Amino acid sequence: MKTLSFLLQKEFKQIFRNPTLLRMILAMPIIQLAILPLAADFEIKNINVVIVDHDRSTYSIDLVNKIIASGYFILVDYINSERQGFDYLESDEADVVLEIPLDFERNLIRENHEQLFLAINAINGTKANVGGGYLSRVIGDFNQEIRMEWYQRGRRSNGPTIEAKAINWFNPLLNYQFFMVPGILVVLVTMVGAYMCALNIVKEKEVGTIEQINVTPIKKHHFILGKLIPFWIIGIFVFTLGLFLVARLIYGIVAVGSLSLLYGYLALYLVAVLGIGLLVSTYSQTQQQAMSLAFFLMMIFLLMSGLFTSIESMPGWARVIAQFNPVTYFIDVMRMIVMKGSGFQHVTKHFVIMTGFALVFNTWAIINYRKTT
Amino acid sequence: MKQLFTFIKKEFKHVFRDEKTLLLLFGLPIVQIVLFGFALTNEIKDASLIVVDYSKDAATQQIIEKFRASSSFMIEESILGTAEIEEEFKYGKVKMALVFPHDFEKDLISERKASVQLIADATDPNTATTLVNHANAIIRDHLQEISPEKPNLNILIDTRNIYNPELKGTTNFVPGVMALVLLLICVLMTSVSIVKEKENGTMEILLVSPFNPFMVIIAKAVPYLLLSIVNLSIILLLSVYLLDMPINGSIALLFGVSTLLIMTALSLGLLISNSTESQQAAMLISLMGMLLPTMMFTGFLFPLENMPIPLQIIANLVPSKWYYIIVKDVMIKGLGFSAIWKETLILTGMTVFLLIVSIRKFKIRLS
Repeated sequence: MKTLSFLLQKEFKQIFRNPTLLRMILAMPIIQLAILPLAADFEIKNINVVIVDHDRSTYSIDLVNKIIASGYFILVDYINSERQGFDYLESDEADVVLEIPLDFERNLIRENHEQLFLAINAINGTKANVGGGYLSRVIGDFNQEIRMEWYQRGRRSNGPTIEAKAINWFNPLLNYQFFMVPGILVVLVTMVGAYMCALNIVKEKEVGTIEQINVTPIKKHHFILGKLIPFWIIGIFVFTLGLFLVARLIYGIVAVGSLSLLYGYLALYLVAVLGIGLLVSTYSQTQQQAMSLAFFLMMIFLLMSGLFTSIESMPGWARVIAQFNPVTYFIDVMRMIVMKGSGFQHVTKHFVIMTGFALVFNTWAIINYRKTT
Repeated sequence: MKQLFTFIKKEFKHVFRDEKTLLLLFGLPIVQIVLFGFALTNEIKDASLIVVDYSKDAATQQIIEKFRASSSFMIEESILGTAEIEEEFKYGKVKMALVFPHDFEKDLISERKASVQLIADATDPNTATTLVNHANAIIRDHLQEISPEKPNLNILIDTRNIYNPELKGTTNFVPGVMALVLLLICVLMTSVSIVKEKENGTMEILLVSPFNPFMVIIAKAVPYLLLSIVNLSIILLLSVYLLDMPINGSIALLFGVSTLLIMTALSLGLLISNSTESQQAAMLISLMGMLLPTMMFTGFLFPLENMPIPLQIIANLVPSKWYYIIVKDVMIKGLGFSAIWKETLILTGMTVFLLIVSIRKFKIRLS
């Protein structure tokens, strides 16, 4: 016990001796957490549309007004030339070009149907899908309106309708930041924990001070605990700053569920993450190697964590990989507790799995750590 | 000149001696291409849906069948009441609930109007909106089918998806991954390799040698420049042969602008290494400081035009944003230099600026 407390003193002294580094560890995650969620908005608005109207009839002008009034679109230009429309698409000034053919109104009434042409810049498939979807919906509404007008002139009766009422639970205003802030906080805490832990131990190797520690009677587990505990505390500290300073004050996110449950999971999660850092350090000789390994792992963890894209949509093999990603579970738990107020019974599975990760990574690292080289 | 050559050879040996660093250099691009190409998608498939059916009649059955047939949903069989829905949501698996009230069919026939409730778990607003839209479309289609008369005045829409007819996610992701990999790896590697010499004390030896200090830096940068070009070739080969991506424009132009981005990244790496004293600090800046911002401000994950104006201004400072635009123009749209001169000029400007600042910060004498 006494050995451990001396080791901890040494580690903390080393950390506090380097204020630049300490400031970076604390400030960088907090600044990023404050700014980045504002950038993460999937909601697609301000779609630039160019309308090529060859008809210029009552209907076509009504349709154009309806598109502008919908609020999703910005009318870049209203022209007659198809060629010019394509130029807009090519230069990225337009996302969508809608072409209304000549005699649109006349044909619609006379032949009962007429076609509109929609050209979408589809490099970003999602945006194309959503933008095209909005435009189709506006056109559909317009279609419904002119039909109603037609019916009211007494030609036909109305068909049956089903009214679908949509309710959004847990996030009624569909605020994307409520979803992103907890996820990004997890990633930042993970980076702080894993990188710092891995780099710190390897630095002792690189500088050679580890030899000095190895020749002392300090036990393996004392040394490892002495390395883990400071970063465990820093991790919890960064998380707390993020949760209260940024999430609550800036974004107004107040956890619905129990904070003690959240911190309980964090404590467990950090043990697992520090275990990964430790493991990386046992496999590296230089800081550069440790960083390369940690970055490689981090990138995969980040992409496979469900932070940006949902895991359920991935193919089977990728979902299997995602199951071995500790970050996935914490992001999940974080979103569940913070937004839905899930209780312990809902996240029991997550606790069991994270305990498993913590045990495996740390045991593996301890076995792999050798006092002699 | 011969000296420089020897130095570059030394640096190459350093890189190749270290297989863990090579894993990052060459493994990461490959893994990213595979993940983005095959695993990551914004499309929503097989979202779990629970159906609460108080009516249990032919009409609700028909609609449920429609949902079952759709690839967006996967129906979880259940006999829950509305009260248990919230509990189900808290476990996190179920994404939406479809609630049919009593007498659904009766209302539909006698009053020609019935209602159904869609309750979405809006923790993830994107999924919630998409699912509600899908559900609405399914119900609308169903209505059209059961409607006795065919509606009048049909406006049909002929949609063409230009540049990406199959709406593949890779068309958007590959240029993004190229930007991400080239920028991050170059910045990381250069910044660390110079600070390392400082930290180990070998920089002093280099500085007292008759060798020009700037040559030291050039020798450090050359291996990463060449390796990044190899990397670029790997990414391009994988995206053409594995992901069926087209390269519609000039390959020479693509390599030209990529080299420009690599130079920008190398200059940024230089600046970081000249402003820090320890490897740890250099790594923290280039890893923790740059990973997420580069991912988010390049524009391939989130549309930049949605961001608040101050963030759009920040995004303008991220070199990969400009490179991403260039790659889309050249590789996918097949445009020539006349379309990208502005972005190329901006990248060149950034490179020159970064180089000047980092050279001014470069201390020939250690304290």
